[in-house]
Amino acid sequence: MDKKFSTNALHFIDRVDGVQKVTGAAKYSAEYDFPGLVYAVLTGSTIAKGSIVDMDTKAAENAPGVLAVVTHLNSPELPGYKKTAIQANVPETKRGYHVFTDNIIRFNGQPVALTIANTYERAVYAASLVKTKYKEEEHQTDLDAAIKNGKALEGNPYKDYVRGEPDAWKNSEVKIEAEYRMPLEVHNPMEIHAITVVWEGEEKVTVYEKTQTLKTTQQNIMRAFGLKEENVRVITQFVGGAFGSAFNTWPHSMAALIGARKIGKPLKLMLARSQMFTLVGYRPQAIQKINMGATKDGKLTGITHEATAMTSSYQEFTEGIVNASRSLYTCPNVTTRYKVYPLDLSQPTWMRGPGETTGAYALESAMDELADALHLDPIEFRLRNYAETDLENNKPYSSKFLKEAYQLGAEKIKWQDRNPEPRSMKEGDWMIGYGTGTGTFGAWRGDAKVAARLLPDGTLILQSGVTDMGPGTATAMTKLASDIFGISPRNIKFEMGDSNLPPGPFQGGSGTTSSLGTAVHNVCVNMKKKLADLIKDNSIFHTEIVHTVKPEDLLFEDGYMILASDHSKKISYGDALKDAGMKQLELLESSDGNPMNGYSAFSYAVHFVKLMVHAATGVIKIARVVSAVDAGKIVNESTAESQIIGAVVGGIGMSLMEEGVVDHRYGRWVNNNFADYHVAVQADVPHIEVLFVNKPDPILNPIGSKGMGEVGLVGFAAAVSNAVYHATGKRIRELPITPDKLI
Amino acid sequence: MINFEYTRVSSVKAAIDVLAKNPTGSFIAGGTNLIDLMKRGVTAPSRLIDINNLPLKQIEETKTGLSIGALVINSDVEENDIVQKKYPLLAMALKAGASAQLRNMATVGGNIMQRTRCTYFHDTAMPCNKREPGSGCGALQGYNRMHAIFGASDKCIAVHPSDMCIALAALDATVHISGPKGERKILFTNFHRLPGDTPGKDNTLLKGEIIAGVTIPENNFIKNIYYLKIRDRASYAFALVSVAAALELSGETVKNVRLAMGGVAHKPWRLTEAEKFLTGKRVSKETFIQAAEIAMKGAKAYGHNNFKLKMAPAAIVEALMKAAG
Ligand SMILES: Cc1cc2nc3c(=O)[nH]c(=O)nc-3n(C[C@H](O)[C@H](O)[C@H](O)COP(=O)(O)OP(=O)(O)OC[C@H]3O[C@@H](n4cnc5c(N)ncnc54)[C@H](O)[C@@H]3O)c2cc1C
Repeated sequence: MDKKFSTNALHFIDRVDGVQKVTGAAKYSAEYDFPGLVYAVLTGSTIAKGSIVDMDTKAAENAPGVLAVVTHLNSPELPGYKKTAIQANVPETKRGYHVFTDNIIRFNGQPVALTIANTYERAVYAASLVKTKYKEEEHQTDLDAAIKNGKALEGNPYKDYVRGEPDAWKNSEVKIEAEYRMPLEVHNPMEIHAITVVWEGEEKVTVYEKTQTLKTTQQNIMRAFGLKEENVRVITQFVGGAFGSAFNTWPHSMAALIGARKIGKPLKLMLARSQMFTLVGYRPQAIQKINMGATKDGKLTGITHEATAMTSSYQEFTEGIVNASRSLYTCPNVTTRYKVYPLDLSQPTWMRGPGETTGAYALESAMDELADALHLDPIEFRLRNYAETDLENNKPYSSKFLKEAYQLGAEKIKWQDRNPEPRSMKEGDWMIGYGTGTGTFGAWRGDAKVAARLLPDGTLILQSGVTDMGPGTATAMTKLASDIFGISPRNIKFEMGDSNLPPGPFQGGSGTTSSLGTAVHNVCVNMKKKLADLIKDNSIFHTEIVHTVKPEDLLFEDGYMILASDHSKKISYGDALKDAGMKQLELLESSDGNPMNGYSAFSYAVHFVKLMVHAATGVIKIARVVSAVDAGKIVNESTAESQIIGAVVGGIGMSLMEEGVVDHRYGRWVNNNFADYHVAVQADVPHIEVLFVNKPDPILNPIGSKGMGEVGLVGFAAAVSNAVYHATGKRIRELPITPDKLI
Repeated sequence: MINFEYTRVSSVKAAIDVLAKNPTGSFIAGGTNLIDLMKRGVTAPSRLIDINNLPLKQIEETKTGLSIGALVINSDVEENDIVQKKYPLLAMALKAGASAQLRNMATVGGNIMQRTRCTYFHDTAMPCNKREPGSGCGALQGYNRMHAIFGASDKCIAVHPSDMCIALAALDATVHISGPKGERKILFTNFHRLPGDTPGKDNTLLKGEIIAGVTIPENNFIKNIYYLKIRDRASYAFALVSVAAALELSGETVKNVRLAMGGVAHKPWRLTEAEKFLTGKRVSKETFIQAAEIAMKGAKAYGHNNFKLKMAPAAIVEALMKAAG
């Protein structure tokens, strides 16, 4: 990196915050210290449904160092929570539950008390002394039982969908019917959710909160406490992973805000790992049926995809589980149905590749089953049904290089060497299987603002109120600005993570780079115009033919404006400012919403997995992963590759080990810790090869990128499941595929 | 966590004395199990008696075999030359346990004394006869995927979680104990106990006693050994089922054999009947399958762990095949 910088020669730059992260200088939400800081700990309910009839907090209050115990009995009535407020007319299922406002228990582990003490240990101890008496009611946490006896959510925004003939698969020449089950899955980022709250009086607050969205957090706090926008500041400099768990302003954050205001001291609350399973969402359990048919020569004639999933009893949650089945393949007859049952569990939420990941597990497993029934190669089968246009919306794609991705991946893993016969490939005691799965996720672009300031020393400062949960947003934006503006990344400072900055996009839905990148693009392009304007009459550039320089006469490289027709005539950006007697050059630009007029935009990933199944013990080892991705133009290759690698690691967990278990007798989690809830460890992860098609999308945004954080996980579990079938001849239609299912 | 007192002792006698004066106290060695239990409120010792300074850190060859002090850390046992050369089954079992980080903290004594991982035992909001006698067994009709298929009772179906102990049980080790009344020793296979009506007691260590170390008699289980551990991920997970297999072969004939299983009972489960059957037999898969059938007699599953009835015999055969080479 110390070599002379030259734009475009680099495919990536190193993480701009890498040193901060590995040296511990990076500050996460639980790492802010203030004089007089106090600590808060939540006590959770031990029943799943019912009400609190009595609470005894005396022992906790009298414990050493305790400042207060907040419960529904003494929590102040917040303006935004008031019965008279407009919100009160909105049913709870639409607005979510408000912590400490009533004695009703909605899920096991629901916060019933917030204990505040002058040390963390004292708060933990005192919280254990809170005694709660409940009146229990019969609960339902079992999705299968709810389907049998319960009532599906009314007003599900995802309506039944029929294209062509309903349930046309029935009349197909070759058909399959299958049911796929996916358990509860928990985000479990390394960084546990935490919030540090600093009130100045009762009307002004600064919070250091783990969030993917500064703006929404700010607004949620404003609304609940009836505060002015300028009096609520949200700071999130670093996020240690979130995967969708940090979009909401969860009850624990509201509890911390309430507690801190009550005692008038800076307060910190960090959840326990066990609370990460109940208080910050999870991927809802889903049971999916796919019935699918094709002609003998492999043309899809009908897909029916029926999904049944769950939400909490107190808040709706729905996601695009069945969406991909309508448009990923060109099939004239598609029916989708999606039902959601409310259960007495805590609120589920978005989790990496939300909806699509669950759906693609079923769809892409079913595609493999049908290919098998047709005696067709699974890739060939997909190519025969390749969608050139989006049949659901009747629109052309902004760009689609899925074919290229199939080809890249298949070549890399040597797909053609695979013996298509299940249970035919062996290495010693191990059965070998190859499988593939395709993922798709909508690409889009949202609102974002970026402020830029160029200084006479040549430094470019970019600012936007966005947070980075790990993909390396500041790095990608620095790379982008460096390429467009023509300066070394070392001369760029990207400042973010503060709601006082011009509002950036939320981080998620694979839209950050597209949205924020557009604003960065615009600010850099217009900054170049402004610079060119400054020097248009500068005599440095005068030649016989040039008297006034126009932007198009100039090259912007290495921090210099260079006359294209005579490279010896140039001026540095800094000198241009100095010559013009300016202290700085400022600009604010934005990306405006979705520009898609008439196009559908999607990213694609094709996963290829080689795995080994131990014949005697059912143990599975993933031997190799190749993921080929069409995410438009890749802005920064190293961090982009890391996104896919991270997604695949999550996918290995999802396919082989992750499973949230609830004991339905108590409606209580039984594996809410890292010893019992297994995520992939280093020894489970092989070398992961990531290939990018890397062709720009001409429509979505000026930088040509699509999204990639989500799509890297979509379709992966199916690739594993299909490979297990290829290795063993057994279809396991339930995740995770643990050794006991293969023995 | 509830407040506690802390004492560091430097002799076995002092350790025993302090415990005698603090009957609700507890020894702490590596702390990798005890601290977790304290954090979750499963146990709340009034005093931690830190025994890490006790002179029980030697691994020595004796006239009759090997002696390992109670405070030797797991990774030191696993990497020890003598252990690797003469007791490779023990090394292999240790390496299969926990993670490198945990093995660097965990001691031999702590490993033997570690408590079950049964989730109902670990959550104070759930019933558990082991933690709270009379509250019921949450696992019996609950989520019992990890639970016992041998020797359980209707009071408790938890399993002993250690890998190291399975090898020690197979290798006829002896536990050496010091207490207020002096020293005593007990066969490893008799040290842990079955739950019966008193699942609160994991083992036969008496109040006030301390484990000083273990000894392993010399043996010829060097070439044909295998520790097979089947688990949900490649590392850092407890056994669904594990098998320690040690064979002494004379040509194709089994001269001597030791078999023990983990993840199936409240104690390391020695397969003595299968051993008897195998002794003197020729090595073959069919024989191993028969031995596994014998070993599985009396097995009983509880729902989520039904698969163990298939997995356990498969594991026995596989471990014997691997050991036979
Ligand atoms: C996530 C996780 C995964 C794990 N996976 C595995 C695994 O796969 N396989 C496996 O075998 N183990 C596993 N372990 C358990 C690990 O082996 C034990 O925690 C460890 O061996 C305990 O040793 P320690 O020295 O830390 O004991 P401590 O926690 O210090 O003590 C444990 C108990 O032993 C008592 N004690 C300690 N020393 C003596 C003594 N000399 N005399 C009498 N009593 C004593 C203590 O009083 C306490 O009650 C895992 C642990 C964790 C946390």
